[in-house]
Amino acid sequence: MSTFKYATLIIGAIIALLPILVVFFASFKTKQEYASTSPLLPPDNWLNFANYTKAFVDGKMLLGFANTTFILVISIVGATLTGSMIAFVLNRFQFRGSKLIMGAFLLATLIPSVTTQVATFQIVNALDLVNTHWAAIILYLGTDIIAVYIFLQFLESIAPALDESAMLDGASYFTIYWKIILPLLKPAIVTVIIVKGINIYNDFYIPFLYMPKSGLQVISTALFKFKGPYGSQWEVICAGIMIAIIPTLIIFLILQKYIYNGFTNGSVK
Amino acid sequence: MFKLSNYNYSTQRKIIIAAFSAIPMILLITFSYLPVFNMFKYSFTDWNGYSKHMDYVGFANYKRIFSEPEYFAVFKVSLYYFFATFVQMGLALYFATILSFSTRFKNFFKGVLFFPYMLNGVAIGFIFLFFFRPDGTLDTLLNALGLGHYIQLWLGNPNIINYSLAGASVWRYMGFNFIIFLGAISSIDRDVYEAADIDGANRWHQFRHIILPSIGKIVQLNIILAVSGAISAFDIPYIMVGGSNGSETFVIQTIDLAFKYSKLGLASAMAVILLFIVVIVTAAQRMLVKEEK
Repeated sequence: MSTFKYATLIIGAIIALLPILVVFFASFKTKQEYASTSPLLPPDNWLNFANYTKAFVDGKMLLGFANTTFILVISIVGATLTGSMIAFVLNRFQFRGSKLIMGAFLLATLIPSVTTQVATFQIVNALDLVNTHWAAIILYLGTDIIAVYIFLQFLESIAPALDESAMLDGASYFTIYWKIILPLLKPAIVTVIIVKGINIYNDFYIPFLYMPKSGLQVISTALFKFKGPYGSQWEVICAGIMIAIIPTLIIFLILQKYIYNGFTNGSVK
Repeated sequence: MFKLSNYNYSTQRKIIIAAFSAIPMILLITFSYLPVFNMFKYSFTDWNGYSKHMDYVGFANYKRIFSEPEYFAVFKVSLYYFFATFVQMGLALYFATILSFSTRFKNFFKGVLFFPYMLNGVAIGFIFLFFFRPDGTLDTLLNALGLGHYIQLWLGNPNIINYSLAGASVWRYMGFNFIIFLGAISSIDRDVYEAADIDGANRWHQFRHIILPSIGKIVQLNIILAVSGAISAFDIPYIMVGGSNGSETFVIQTIDLAFKYSKLGLASAMAVILLFIVVIVTAAQRMLVKEEK
């Protein structure tokens, strides 16, 4: 039984890693070496960074990273603020319409965003945002319902008595939100940052559709462009793939624990 | 200067409710509800997406979709991805269960199995293009294992391509199901297993009678996600082969119709049909879940 368990785990691990590992090998190979050696063999020279330089410079990956970072930071700050604000109001006050708002957010989760994308495009176009960073930013902000859920869940565990004692000291509701609730929401904020951050960094659909201008390329679209001109130069494409993956790997290794928690908190309950 | 604390709490309450709800609600209405409304409207027109006027054409777009098989073929492609998600969930459930109990290098295996889900969609598309290409990783591997005669044109053969692409999709999303199931299983009280151990239950009994019932809801939630996930398959077939060789999915077709061929009305009608499918499946699912209770 135990042998079977470890055998399946090892096979699973090989299947998960092998496709990435061969790309990693190829990214260090020279053109001749790539053509003449098996993809399963490691490169001769682990320090051959020529492909990386070429991919990074010719693929304008720096521009991709800059655009991605810009969109990422603004979207995440915005999603954290709007998500925690609406969650604060919904959790702390009973008012006419609070059920309606909650229902509206719930119902929206049932609409797969890909189905409405054609119509959404017309709205973004009418707002004159197509081919600007703001097209992506506003869409990453507007569709975020997961964040609201995560915040609501955490707010449940913050005692309202805390607000009341602050009110005795004369704190305004805004002060309560800003000085008491927001700092206490820190674990939820970390969760939202991770879940949203991964989605935004890896998204291809929105930047591809809404920001075709080459100056606005993000990591995904920058990498996609390798398809044409480097079609036969797999060693360069492989280096490009690794450049796009390495930041994810580093973040994953550092934040592993939080990431696991983030995904379980975000999608369950 | 405006200061919130100058007002009494009941006025403050009104101000803060209005101020804090406004932006999220405007975003929700503009980018979730208005598109649905417009989509219905466009689906009854022949609008091309940029012209100033649009003509009302009744159900012509819908008739066309149901009468011309090429439009409906994309839903058949979704079935590959739909069935693949069951393989994916089965694997995820298996790995989540065995890694919930003491295992050597547990964290290593957890990390490795989950990691693919974190990767960039375009990078995954390229990784599998490299994997499936002639003389690529898969072919070399099969040769090395002495299975060379099984080699196929993985992406060139229309009979095989959707299996290859759905396989890549399983590779990509298995980790997501896995981590969700792992979280759900870990919330089961440890004492229950101990009691079961004392009663002589083996791992399979424990899985069947303790784990599965406890995470039933999450499994169902994942099946709902599988339906919309199968229909929204886009990244992998588009990045890898551009939807060629019979791998065109619903999203690829809609984008092509709307933005390449300027048939926005027709594309919207397809999206409406899709939305109905998703809503019906979700509703049916909910009803089944309720009956079980």
